[in-house]
Amino acid sequence: MKNFRQIFKEAENTITGIAAAPGIVIAKVYLFTKEKLEINDGDITNIEEAKSNLTEALAKSKKELNKVFAIAKEKMEGKRAAIFEAQMMILDDPILLENINSRIEKEKKQPEYIVNDEISKYQSLMAHAHETYMNDRANDIEDIKNRIIRNLQKKRWVSKIKNDMIVVSDSLTPADTILLSRCNVKGFVTDHGGLTSHAAIISRSLDIPAVVGTHNATKHIQDGDIVIIDGFHGYVLVNPNEEQIDFFNAKIEKLIGLQKSLEELKDQPAKTIDGKEIQLMANVDVTGEIDLVVTNDAKGIGLYRTEQIIEELGEIPSEDEQVKIYSNLSTRIYPKPLVIRAFDIGGDKFKFLDFTEPNPFLGLRGIRLLLENQKMFRNQIRAVLKASINRNIQFMLPMISTVWEIKHSITLINECKNELKHEKTNFDKDIKIGIMIEVPSAALLTFELASLVDFISIGTNDLIQYLMAVDRGNDLVSDLYQEFHPAVVRTISHIVKEAKKAKKPVSLCGEMAADTLAIPLLVGLGLSNLSISPTTIPYAKRIIRSISYEKAKALSEDCYASATVGEVTEKLEKFFKDNSITRTRNII
Amino acid sequence: MIEQTVKIINKAGLHTRPAATIVKLAAKYKCDFYIAKDGLNINAKSIIGVMTLAAEMGSELILTFNGADEKEAAAEITDYFNRGFDEL
Repeated sequence: MKNFRQIFKEAENTITGIAAAPGIVIAKVYLFTKEKLEINDGDITNIEEAKSNLTEALAKSKKELNKVFAIAKEKMEGKRAAIFEAQMMILDDPILLENINSRIEKEKKQPEYIVNDEISKYQSLMAHAHETYMNDRANDIEDIKNRIIRNLQKKRWVSKIKNDMIVVSDSLTPADTILLSRCNVKGFVTDHGGLTSHAAIISRSLDIPAVVGTHNATKHIQDGDIVIIDGFHGYVLVNPNEEQIDFFNAKIEKLIGLQKSLEELKDQPAKTIDGKEIQLMANVDVTGEIDLVVTNDAKGIGLYRTEQIIEELGEIPSEDEQVKIYSNLSTRIYPKPLVIRAFDIGGDKFKFLDFTEPNPFLGLRGIRLLLENQKMFRNQIRAVLKASINRNIQFMLPMISTVWEIKHSITLINECKNELKHEKTNFDKDIKIGIMIEVPSAALLTFELASLVDFISIGTNDLIQYLMAVDRGNDLVSDLYQEFHPAVVRTISHIVKEAKKAKKPVSLCGEMAADTLAIPLLVGLGLSNLSISPTTIPYAKRIIRSISYEKAKALSEDCYASATVGEVTEKLEKFFKDNSITRTRNII
Repeated sequence: MIEQTVKIINKAGLHTRPAATIVKLAAKYKCDFYIAKDGLNINAKSIIGVMTLAAEMGSELILTFNGADEKEAAAEITDYFNRGFDEL
């Protein structure tokens, strides 16, 4: 039988991208695009009919938006997004509707022409504004305009797609990804985005194969095409021939076999052959993932990204809403630990402010934003404390770079504790407080910072980005986002040593540990607690169970002394070969 | 007629959520209510109109109320602006 290399060498129907979520799948394509509406500006004779068509279209649009809410609420257990509410209100806007109706009467033109013209006036008013956030708002208005016009044209609304399709799209928002995953989507292919884009992270957490950053998939793939996604290597084959289909069907069968053998590992500890046990915890983005956490036998939730709640709701959840979500998670995972990270917003995470900072990644984000918005921060602290009665919750602060930020946060936490005491509300008085180390300056000061808290966690995504001075979302330089750069190895090594000196537990969370190639290195650097996507836990466990800690330590020292990313990668690959460990992507 | 000048004092400015709240408050009253900024005079009972106002922190708006219950409307709505849309 041919191997991958031969298959791809001969193939003329390949699209390459970034392997964002593992798995192989063969299925039909749903091309997810926004179609451009054609506006009919013809004259009308029956005004009453036109007006009743408009009323009907508005009612239909309202019904659609209501359905969006229903889905959002079900997925997100909370209030509807302000943005949807504003869109709903536009459908009832007395001034707008009066203008549209009276123009239909006077001008005797198609309602879709009048609707388009009237709403576009507002959009052009916005286009003249200098405030950058008006762009987003103009997009919201564009959305509602298109919705009304589509309903006037009696065109179908694509709220649901056929089940079992592969979604191919220019790019996907987290909301798209979650909404579409309800239709049992088999895979995702996008033109844009990288390994750490939200679409990629969510695909991994929902266990859906994905290839992202293909640049031109939407140009080469048509709606209804059959494609093969190889989420291990980052390949997409368009309308495969019989040989390719047979080849990948055989791989899929092998994969099922591998998954079975991984399942058998479920009750086995993640222990190296010389007896060092590694705690494999799960990163959780959406509450729906908790089932995956349990089935994959995570030792707890090492990172719960609370900003995801804001993203789902479209607004900051209230204290009560947060208490509900955190308590629910804490109970489900009990007695295992749940590490709740305070809202890490700013940068690419969520546009909290309606204006754009010139340099958001170097701007008001993480703890800086929390300390600037104390009402929101206090609400979250109180919610976390109230939910902590099971005594398995830990609270973690993001983007720490100074001693002051820690001291200030702890003061706030203590104030909230006192409030709750006065209110006679129960909470875990010994709740553990930790910090993320993800800024180079904090890494250098690990000893001093760790001494002030109960635990630290290394956030590799941001740490690498700040260390390498590379915006991981910028296609022009994303090649320089090198997780195996010797500077990264040395920094992690420094953090682990300093944390141990301060006698504080240290863990690592971030997408770096999702790459099985990194596992021996991280174990060798002395990390014994890794938090990764729940679905990657069995793969990581398999690697850990086949390496020796002593050898991994020697490997990490070797990598530490390297000068280039090439040398480090070469050493890691050689380690796998020398110890006859096959990487998952090479087994299948 | 009541005319009042208000200043946007919350960080995020007049974003979508306060815009929606202002329109909802305005709907409770019978009087006319307009918001003026940079030569633009917007009927504040219209959500799409209010959404076209770009008002960042520090910008000034002129509110005009005209009608039977203008006093009550002016009091409640001005107060909402002065509270920084409850986002301080």
